[in-house]
Amino acid sequence: MSTAPAHAHPVHKDYQGAKFGMWLFLFTEILLFGGLFLLYSIYRSMYPIDFHNGGKHLNVIIGVANTVILLTSSLTVAVAITAIQKGNKKLTLACLGVTIVFALMFLANKYIEWSAEIRHGIYPNGPELLKMPNGEKIFYGLYYSMTGLHGLHVLAGIIALLITLDFVRRDKITGTDFNKLENVGLYWHLVDVIWIFLLPLLYLAA
Amino acid sequence: MEHAEEQGHVVPYRTLVKVWLLLLILTAVLVFVSTAFHEALSVAALLTLTPLKAGLVFFYFMHLKYERPFLKAMVFMVLGVLILFIGLTFLDISYR
Repeated sequence: MSTAPAHAHPVHKDYQGAKFGMWLFLFTEILLFGGLFLLYSIYRSMYPIDFHNGGKHLNVIIGVANTVILLTSSLTVAVAITAIQKGNKKLTLACLGVTIVFALMFLANKYIEWSAEIRHGIYPNGPELLKMPNGEKIFYGLYYSMTGLHGLHVLAGIIALLITLDFVRRDKITGTDFNKLENVGLYWHLVDVIWIFLLPLLYLAA
Repeated sequence: MEHAEEQGHVVPYRTLVKVWLLLLILTAVLVFVSTAFHEALSVAALLTLTPLKAGLVFFYFMHLKYERPFLKAMVFMVLGVLILFIGLTFLDISYR
């Protein structure tokens, strides 16, 4: 353990650069999901009735519940950042913990939802899916790829949040050096924004 | 103080909670409009309320409101490119 005062060996921290780097990564994420949104809007314009019928089979209650869960988890991350800026470590830890619980609830809902659909034979090459018209097959293809890719992002977010929680606990993230927390927060908010678009596109399409 | 300024703006808890409440209200309106009204109105709600919700998250939760103009310009440029691509692709498929 070093006993040298901090000013003797100043650690160079490029705070603006680190944050800008995170935003650049988010831009690639926006364009990644943007490609899927583009596919969705084109196929919806080609098969409006099939997309309408496809949306009917989705569970709106689970979709809306997951929206409320993600919006609230975004709030807890944002509160965690304000809390660390104010030097309130306890509140930061609590908020990050709550965010992780919300993220797990989101994935649990996703599991319930997907298992119900798979039980009904709606999955790639599933018996029910093959009976559907082409537009509805495309709708479900997009539904599984978009929510699946988003679900992977939630999973990655949980891992990032757990690491951040541990950093805060061990004072690697503090009131004067919280860039890591802010960047994980930015990522988590983007995951929330993507879901904000997925709700009306998929669940409210009917 | 210098450090605090460099590390960005502290958004008050009250503001964050207000934004969260607004997001929940907008979600409720969106769900209500798309289940209770005609499809044209629900598409209009989708195209207005959804970007508004995303904007609230970007500006307040992601602190974009308090960022430098340069970063704001970058974000709008990326979204502009995405919208341009969607627009151009639609032009392409609608005149085939």
